[in-house]
Amino acid sequence: MSTAIEEARELFKDEVVTNAISRDVELPYGAGTAVLITLDNGHDHTKPNTFGPGGLLSLDSAIEAAKARTDIVAVAVTGKPFIFAVGADLTGVPALQNREQAEAIGKLGHDVFRKLGELDVPTFALVNGAAMGGGVEVALHCSYRTVSSGVPAFALPEAFLGLVPGWGGTYLLPNLIGAEKALKLIVDNPLAQNKMIKGKQVFEMGIADAIFEPADFVEESLRWAARVVKGDVTVERPEVDKGEAWDNAVNMARFVVEGKLHGAAPAPARAVELVAAAKTATRDEGFDAEDQALADLIMSDELKAGLYAFDLVQKRAKRPAGAPDKSLARKVTKVGVVGAGLMAGQLALLFARRLDVPVVMTDLDQDRLNKGVDYVHGEVDKLLKKGRVNQDKANHLKALVSGSLTKDAFSDADFVIEAVFEKMEVKQQVFAEVEAVVSPEAILATNTSSLSITEMASKLQHPERVVGFHFFNPVAVLPLLEIVRGDRTDDASLATAFATAKKLKKTSVLCKDAPAFVVNRLLTLFMGEVLAAVGEGTEPEVADRAVAPLGLPMSPLMLLQLVGPAVGLHVAETLHGAFPERFAVSPQLDAVVKAGKTAIFAPDLTIDPEVKELLKGGGSPSEEKEILDRALRAMAKEIRIMLDEGVVAEAADIDLCLITGAGWPFHTGGITPYLDKVGVSTEVNGKPFHEGAPKAF
Amino acid sequence: MSRTARDVVFVDGVRTPFGKSGKGLYAETRADDLIVRVIRELMRRNPGLPPERVDEVAIAATTQIGDQGLTLGRTAAILAGLPRSVPGYSIDRMCAGALTAATTAGAGISFGAYDVVIAGGVEHMGRHPMGEGVDPNPRIISEKLVDPSALVMGNTAENLHDRFPTITKERADAYAVRSQEKVAKAYADGKIQPDLVETLVRSAEKGFGLATQDEPPRPGTTMESLASLKTPFRAHGNVTPGNAAGLNDGATGTLLMAEEVAEELGLDARMRLVDFSFTGVEPEVMGVGPVPATEKLFARQGLTIDDIGLIEINEAFAVQVLAFLEHFGIADDDARVNPWGGAIAVGHPLASSGGRLMMQLARQFAERPDVRYGITTMCVGLGMGGTILWENTNYEGGK
Repeated sequence: MSTAIEEARELFKDEVVTNAISRDVELPYGAGTAVLITLDNGHDHTKPNTFGPGGLLSLDSAIEAAKARTDIVAVAVTGKPFIFAVGADLTGVPALQNREQAEAIGKLGHDVFRKLGELDVPTFALVNGAAMGGGVEVALHCSYRTVSSGVPAFALPEAFLGLVPGWGGTYLLPNLIGAEKALKLIVDNPLAQNKMIKGKQVFEMGIADAIFEPADFVEESLRWAARVVKGDVTVERPEVDKGEAWDNAVNMARFVVEGKLHGAAPAPARAVELVAAAKTATRDEGFDAEDQALADLIMSDELKAGLYAFDLVQKRAKRPAGAPDKSLARKVTKVGVVGAGLMAGQLALLFARRLDVPVVMTDLDQDRLNKGVDYVHGEVDKLLKKGRVNQDKANHLKALVSGSLTKDAFSDADFVIEAVFEKMEVKQQVFAEVEAVVSPEAILATNTSSLSITEMASKLQHPERVVGFHFFNPVAVLPLLEIVRGDRTDDASLATAFATAKKLKKTSVLCKDAPAFVVNRLLTLFMGEVLAAVGEGTEPEVADRAVAPLGLPMSPLMLLQLVGPAVGLHVAETLHGAFPERFAVSPQLDAVVKAGKTAIFAPDLTIDPEVKELLKGGGSPSEEKEILDRALRAMAKEIRIMLDEGVVAEAADIDLCLITGAGWPFHTGGITPYLDKVGVSTEVNGKPFHEGAPKAF
Repeated sequence: MSRTARDVVFVDGVRTPFGKSGKGLYAETRADDLIVRVIRELMRRNPGLPPERVDEVAIAATTQIGDQGLTLGRTAAILAGLPRSVPGYSIDRMCAGALTAATTAGAGISFGAYDVVIAGGVEHMGRHPMGEGVDPNPRIISEKLVDPSALVMGNTAENLHDRFPTITKERADAYAVRSQEKVAKAYADGKIQPDLVETLVRSAEKGFGLATQDEPPRPGTTMESLASLKTPFRAHGNVTPGNAAGLNDGATGTLLMAEEVAEELGLDARMRLVDFSFTGVEPEVMGVGPVPATEKLFARQGLTIDDIGLIEINEAFAVQVLAFLEHFGIADDDARVNPWGGAIAVGHPLASSGGRLMMQLARQFAERPDVRYGITTMCVGLGMGGTILWENTNYEGGK
C-alpha cells in the first residue's frame, strides 16, 4: 500500500466499510463451484453500500483469495438486500489535501475493480438492487451482468456532483454499449436533474446480459451463470460502432454540455473527452486518463461545491433550520384554497394528491370557479392517462377537489391558503372573511411572494395563525417552499406549516418576514444589475450573456420572460420601496410592461425587435466581465445583509433556496461557495461566507 | 344438481433443501421467501400450466405468526408473482399441514370447485419455535382434558415407549441408523436431488449463499454414537435427538389437478389421490395416530396392508414408526417403508413434511410399475393421524 493510500485511509477513518464477503456456492447443473461475493456494509438498505479505501481493500482481498484458487469455475458479485452499491464513499473527499491522495484513491479503485475483468474464470455481477457510480463500475468490470427487474435506480451520477465515472466507467461503458448510449448515462442523465434508469432499461440498453425477476433473482442469476460456464448459453452482444457513430455521439455531447454549462463546470466536459478517447485508447490508457481526471476534479472547487450542494438537498433540506418541534403540529384534515386561478389550481392539486384530504376552492365568480376545478380535474385525467394514478385514485382525487362560491365551505378546514391578487388590502380582506367562518386555530397561509406576513395578519383576531407559504412556479417542478414567520406567528402554526410542507414533499426553508424573502429578493437584485447595464447602454444580448460563466439554468432575460415582465417589475418596485439604495426599478423594464409586452424573446429566441427598442439605454455600455462582476458583488453584499438581518439562519439556507427554488447549479453550490472561491465575498464584505470548505451544517 | 367426483392427480412436487434450525442454513432467511421459491419453481418446471389456471394456493404452517402469518397462502401467491386472480389461504394441522393442504384442496378438485391447486407447507422452526405464542385454555388442565405431557411432543414419544414395551431404545436407535443409511444411499444414487430447488440463503456474517442439499443428515451414524446421546424428555428415557427428527426449516409444494385437466394441459399425472382419512387419538400418545387413520381408510376401501406396496411414513420419532409397523406386523427394516429414509435423517420442518412424503412416493412409483398402491401417513400433535392412499398411474400389474 502506498503512503498516499495510507494517508487517504486516515482521512476516511469514519468510513462505514462495505465488506466483500466470500462464500462458496455449488452452481446448478453440475457446473462447479463459484465464489459468491456479497457486498454488505452491515446496515440495512437505508445506509447503502459505498466504497471508501477500506471497502476497496476488502473487495481486493476477496478477489485475490478467489484468484489464488484453482477449484472454482466462476466468481459472482452481488449486493445486500435491495442495494448493490451506490458508489464511492464521498464523506472523506473534502478532506483530501493534495492531488497525490486524490490520485491514489482513483488508482486504488481501478487496481481493485479491474481484477474482476482479468481473472482466469468468468466473473458475474448480479445487480440485485440500486447501483450507482462505483457500484455500476464494479458491474462493468465483470465479464457478465444480470440485473433484477426490480432495480429502482441505476445511474452514473458523477458528472452531476462534479466528478467523472473514473473507476472504469468512461472506458468500459462506451466499449460495451457504444458511445451514444453510454453518454446518455454518463452525461445526459446527470445533467437532467440526475435522472436514473431502472432494471428493465439496464437490460434493454445492453448493459446487462440477462434480466430476472426480484423474487428469486440471485438463484436464477446463478442458474444462468452456470449455463454460461457450461457453454449452454452464449452471450451475444451487438458490435459497438467505433466509426462515425462514436464521433457523432461525442460531438453531440460536447454541444449539449457547452450549451448547458458554458464551461462553468469542468466535470461533464471532461467525461465527454474521456469517452472520446475511449474509442481508441487501450485499457491501461483509458484507466490512466480516468485517474488523472479524478485527481484534477477531486481537488476542484466545483466538486467541493457539488458535495456541499448534495448535502444541502439530501440532509439540510430534511431538517429545516429553525423549525419548531414537530410534535406541536396540528392535524390537517381539510384544506381551503382562496382563488381559482392557475396558481390556486396547482395548489389544490398538490394538496389533494399529497395530503389526501378534501380541498375546497373558492372564488366570487362561478365561471372562474368552474374553470379552476376543471383545471384540477383535467390534470388528474392527465395523470391517469400517463398511468401515474389508476382509475380509482383518479376518481378519488377528483372527488376530493370541489369549488364553492362562499367561504362557508371552509368552516371545517384547518388549513386555508390564499392565492389571490398580490395586494395587501385584498389579502387582508380575504383573511378577515376566512377568519369569520373557520375555527380559531385554523392556519391561514399566504402564497404571497413579497408582501409582509405581519401586516397581513395585523387586523385579524388571531394573527398567530398566519404563516407565509411561498411556492415556486411551476409548483410541481421546483421543490422549494419558503415558510415565513410573521412577528406574531406562534410555534404551533409554524410547526403545522412545516409538517404540511413535508407531506407535500417540499423543501422548506424558514424565512423572516422580510421583503420578497430569499429567492425573489436575490433574483431581482441579480436581474436588476443586468438590466441596469442595459439601461446604461449595454446591448441586451451582451448583458444577458455576461453571467453565462456561472452555468445557470437560464439567462436573466429568459427568466424575466418566464416570470412575466409585469411580475418582475412588481417585485422590483416592492424591493425598491424597501431598499431604495440597493434596488433600482429599471425604466426600460417599466417601458416594456407599459407597452403590454409579455415576452422578451421572439419564437426564434432572438430578442423581439420591439422589446429591444424599448430596452435601449444610455451611452456607457459595459464589458461582459464588468457586468458579471457587478452582479456578483451585489449578490455578495445583499446576502451578507440578509444574514445580518436574520432573514435565514445561515448562508447554507440561501444556497438551498437558490438551488431548490431557482434551479441554481450544484457546481456553484448555490452561490456562496462560488462567491468565496472567486474572492468577491472577501472583497465586498471583508470575509468569506464559509471559512475553509463550504459547510452544509 | 347431480355431480360426479373427479379423479385428482399429483403432477409435481418441489421442496427447498431442509435446514437445521437455530444457526443452520436458513437462520437469516424468511419462511415466506422459502415457500415463494418453491411455488415459483413449481410453475417454472411446468410451463404447460398457465398461471391463471391455478385455482387455489393452500399453504400450511403450524405457527402462523410473522412471516408465516398474514394468510400465508395468499401472501405467497402474490409474492410469487402469480396473477392477482389466484386466491390462497393458510392451513394448520401441525405436522400434517401440507398433507391436509393436499387433501382439502384436492377434495375441492374432486368436488369440481377447482381444476388446479398448489398445496404446500412451510415451517421455519428457528424463527418460530414450536409453541411460540400459544395460550392453552386453562380448562385443559383443570378438567384434565389433556395430559400436560401431550403438549410436548418428546414426552408423547416417551409415553409411546411405555405403551409398547417391546419397542426398546435399541430398536429405535437401530431404526434411526437405517434411516440415516437410506438417506445417504438415496443421495448417492441421486434420488433426492430432483425434488430440490436450490435456494438463496442469507447471512449477515457469511453473505449470500445457496442451499443445494439437506443440512440435517448425519451419514455414518452408528448405534454406538446414538447410545451416548442424552434423553432430554425423561431421565434415563428412550427418546434422544438421534432417534427423533430434529428442529428444522424448509418448505414444500405440490401441484395437484383434476386428471382430465392434466391431460388437457399435457402434464404428467404421476399418482392418483384415491382416498384419505384423519383420526384422533389420545393426545398424550399422538404418535400412534397413523394406525387408526390407516385402518379407517382400509376399512372404507376394502384394502389391507398387503395391498400397499410403498409406505412413506413421517419419522417424527422412531418409536412412532415402530408402533405403526408393529401394529401391522411389518418388520422394522421392511423395504416397502421409507425406501429413501425419512425425517430422522432428512429433517422435519413440521407443516411442510407431508409434501416431501408425496413427492418421494411419486418418484418411487415411477420406478415401481409393479406397485399399485402406496400411502403417505403422519402422526399429528394433539393426538391425530392422517393417511392418504395413492394409486400409481404407472401401475402395469393390471394390464
